Order: sequence, then structure tokens, then C-alpha cells
Amino acid sequence: MKGIHLMKGNEAIAHAAIRCGCDGYFGYPITPQSEILETLMEEKPWESTGMVCLQAESEVAAINMVFGGASCGKKVMTSSSSPGVSLKQEGVSYLCGADLPCLIVNIMRGGPGLGTIQPSQSDYFQSTKGGGHGDYHLIVLAPNSVQEMADFVGLGFDLSFKYRIPALILSDGVIGQMMEKLRLPAFKPRATEEEIARDCPWALSGRTGMRPQNIISSLELDPAIMEKRNLERHERYRKVEATEVRYDTFMCDDAEFLIVAFGCAARICQKSVELLREQGIKAGLLRPITLWPFPKKAIEGYCRQVRSILTVELNSGQMVEDVRLAVDGKVPVGHYGRMGGIVPTPEEIVEALKKNS
Amino acid sequence: MNRSNNNSIIAPENLVYEKSKLLKDNVMHYCPGCSHGTVHRMIAEVIEEMGMEDKAMGVSPVGCAVFIYKYINIDFAEAAHGRAPALATAMKRLRPDKLVFTYQGDGDLAAIGTAETIHACNRGENITIIFINNGIYGMTGGQMAPTTLEGMKTSTCPYGRNVALNGYPLKITNLLAELEGTCYVTRQSVHTAAAVKKTKRAIRKAFENSMEGKGTSIVEIVSTCNSGWKMSPVQANQWMVENMIPFYPLGDLKDK
Repeated sequence: MKGIHLMKGNEAIAHAAIRCGCDGYFGYPITPQSEILETLMEEKPWESTGMVCLQAESEVAAINMVFGGASCGKKVMTSSSSPGVSLKQEGVSYLCGADLPCLIVNIMRGGPGLGTIQPSQSDYFQSTKGGGHGDYHLIVLAPNSVQEMADFVGLGFDLSFKYRIPALILSDGVIGQMMEKLRLPAFKPRATEEEIARDCPWALSGRTGMRPQNIISSLELDPAIMEKRNLERHERYRKVEATEVRYDTFMCDDAEFLIVAFGCAARICQKSVELLREQGIKAGLLRPITLWPFPKKAIEGYCRQVRSILTVELNSGQMVEDVRLAVDGKVPVGHYGRMGGIVPTPEEIVEALKKNS
Repeated sequence: MNRSNNNSIIAPENLVYEKSKLLKDNVMHYCPGCSHGTVHRMIAEVIEEMGMEDKAMGVSPVGCAVFIYKYINIDFAEAAHGRAPALATAMKRLRPDKLVFTYQGDGDLAAIGTAETIHACNRGENITIIFINNGIYGMTGGQMAPTTLEGMKTSTCPYGRNVALNGYPLKITNLLAELEGTCYVTRQSVHTAAAVKKTKRAIRKAFENSMEGKGTSIVEIVSTCNSGWKMSPVQANQWMVENMIPFYPLGDLKDK
């Protein structure tokens, strides 16, 4: 079929980056996401769109290259997997402190430490609560398909530039490595210098036309000014929470039991819901697409309808805390999780829901 | 010239020197006697003389010079400690027509940022690295730096740097000169008028190399930190001449 491609989630991210007008990618190899860097190097976008691609000496250098590129108002990104994303946290905190837009991709594997190269969702806390120092948030998008891996690259950049908050695609080894069909986004040219000057008047370019000096900084020694900068940033966070919440529902209209799951866990839970329905149990699935901002109101809304909620995660119970905060004790909230790279079967989730209800 | 007229000495035809238009009027936070202010002035003058005011993008370090953007009126990004060469790498690659330079101290460049520095140089990024080597951490109050001399006292080696405990002072510029990616590596100082002139020439050459795409240029400036060294400015200059410069000899290490 015309326009339909078959590829891995990681490859989809690389192709989408080239197509959405990305100016620069800076990365470092780590399993299970190295295909992003490999695909870009094979595609040679510097010859077609002019996109810069560079294999950095470390994750630390890569995220700081992103800082440099973002300072110039360019659409820049990096990708890694859990241990590498830990190394990037210093840079992430500085990007947030300097209010710079960029895209970060984490194809999660199990931890802590070197852990395993198998899939996991154990970086939920790190991603949504802030993995580096300081009061900050990232806009966190959780794709559950190869199609969404591609779509969220452009979406991530758009949201990030709109609010000057770094965006994070939080995916996992299942979505990164599995092959599915998808439609790649249409080609969009990279922003021109005129467009950058118009849309990012704060960006470094040399003092073009001898405009006043631009400074990209996260430092302020006057506490009154520093608090004001923080408050202004949190004002933007509130706007994001009010307008950018995204989630998906599956068979929730008449559901008596609600499953909340994101990413690959949500894909498995969709099958579990079908199996439960076959057994006459009215289950439904709510899938947060934005993990921050978290769909609190949507989940809270189901408390009037469902008898209990079960979160399913590839971790020991992280998102469940946000679900419990949203539910505030109105209905019982349970958690079912597997760790260490184990991916649960739809059947074991069916059993878990029965036990929870 | 009418010597009785005070105004005449500042008439344009009588001026032999003036402050660079790129130096702002903010009062510098540097201690009297510190080398940073002089080096800032050299950078501002070179950028102005090259007519690069609208093309220069600097990267400030973590250390006393973090506020360089308060004194030199060009675009600046402020890096995390040691990461300036990584920022500069992306800035130059994404804006290849601009003049991109970093300004880093010895702790920033030769300790926490060693990897970023070596790899940016090894890739031959078309940037200039201005490296202030005063053998001490100034901003945090005078702790041992990778370049602290053997026997030199700091707050974290109060009995003097002991190589058995702390290792040897690091001549990182010599190491950088060995890398294929560097085109110009020089060590200068700013303790005399003649030295200041040489440093200015070195900065100009480095900036020209960056614009010509020759590779990475490093201008190390052996500097004083009289507060950290607990000396008067005059004593600090004397101590530098007697101790720092013999270990870190001035001159070009590489010019290709």
C-alpha cells in the first residue's frame, strides 16, 4: 500500500525526526535504542534536509550538545535508554532551568544499575517527577505503537517549543524493537533563520542586526528574581496541565472495572479487556498518553462508574501512586506489575483483575 | 596641541586607546588583581576589531567567569560545569557561519570537563577554547585544581599538593596539542603589557582559525588568583612568574 511502511519503533523515530524538520540529533549507543542513531547515520539527512547528526562521546556530552543547539532556537533531540538517561539528568535540569525546548527519547530497559536490556517501565518516577535537581517537569508522551513513535516526534517538538519545556518520549524496549506498519509524517522543512528569529527571539544567533544581547542561563543569585522565574515557569506548567492532557479509552463506556496502563502495558491490557469481556466481566482500559500532565480528572471521573481500578505497569508500582492521588480513596486501586524485563501475558492480567475486584 | 585644554586630550585625533564598545559598564565582580578582567577585555577588543559583534556566540563556564555575559555584550549560553565544549560543538555545527568560543577555568576544563574538552578537540570542532589556568578553584573559595602545582597550598590540600595523595598537576594543553583535531595551541599570560599584547594576538589568531574552519584552537592563559592564593596582586604576579610559568612555559605548543 502506498505510504505504508514496516519498521521498528526506533527506526520510526529516526525517520520522523528527519521529516518533521529536526535540525540536530546528538546521541550515544545503548541497547535497546541504538537503531535511532544507526538509522539516522544510514539516512544521511545532512545531505537532504541539512540536519546535523553526531555520535557524542557520552550521554552527558549528547544532552549538553542538545543544550547548545536548543540555545540557538534549533529543533534538536537526543535519545537513550534508562542508564544513559540517568547520565543525561544534569543536562535535563539545566535545559529546564534555562527554559529551552528540545526532544528527549527514553526507550526504557529494566534497572536499577545496568539492570537488563529487556523492556521495562521503571523510569516513570524519573520522567514524571523530575530525575534531575530542582522543581521542574517535562512534557512526557507515552506511545503504545510504532505509529505513535513517529507521530510523537513532531508533537513533542511542537509542545516543547510552544511552552519552552523539554518534551520526553517515554517508550520501552517492546515498542522500540517491535515492527509494525505505519504512515510516516509528511515532510516539513526545517525552520529558516527568519522563522527562528521570529518565533524564538530569545535564541542565540550572534547579535544579528545588532539586536540586544541574548543570554541563555539558568543562574540567578537574587532570590526574589529566582523565585519569580520559578513561578513564571510553574505558571506555564499549569497551562500545560489545563490544556495538554491526552489519554485514550477502550471499552470504558459501561465498564465496571477500569485498567489504567500506558505504553506497551496498555497494548497487552487491551487484549486482557477483550478476554474479560468474553467472560462477561465489564472491563475497560484508560491509557494515559501524556504521563505529565497526568489525566487526573479523567481517571477521577470514572470513580462514579467503576467498582475498582487496577494499574498494570512493567515496574513495582509507580504510576499507581498518581492514580491513587487522582482517585483519592473513592474506589480501591490495585497494582499489577512485572519487573526485570518480564512482559506480562494478557491472561495473567485477567487473573490479576479478578483478584483485585 | 593645546595642553591647557583638558578636553583636547580626549579629542579623537589624540586618543591612543579606548574601551571596547563591547565591554558593558557593569562593575566586574572579580577581585582586584584577577586576570579574568584583562582577558575579557582582550576578547571584547578582538571581536570588535574583527567586526564580529553580530556573529560571536560565547559559552560561559561554571566558575568565577560564569558571569562573563554581564561584561561582554555578545550572545552567550551558560553551560553546566565542564560542558562548554559540548554546547559549543552543537552551536557551531548548527550555525557554522558564527564565531563560537568557550571560556573555561582549569577545574571546568581539566577536571570535570576533561572528556568534553578532549573529544571536542579530537573532532576538530571549529571553535576556540579560552582556558584560564590559575591552579585553583576561585569561585568556591580556593580548593585544589587539576593544575595546582606540587606543594602549592589550597583549602583542600592545606599542607601543599602531595602527588602521592593527589596526583600530578595536569598539563592538559600539552595533551590537547597532540590531538589531530587541534590546529593552534598556545600558552600565554596577561601579567605584563607585553604579555597582554601577545595574548590578544593569540586570541585573534584563534578566532580567525575558527572562522576559516581549520579545527580547534586553544589559548591557555596562565593567570593569577590572588585571593585564592592569599597574596596581593603584585605578589601574585611575582609568584606566577617564579612558580607557574616555569611549570607551564609560555609560547606556542602547536601552530599548523
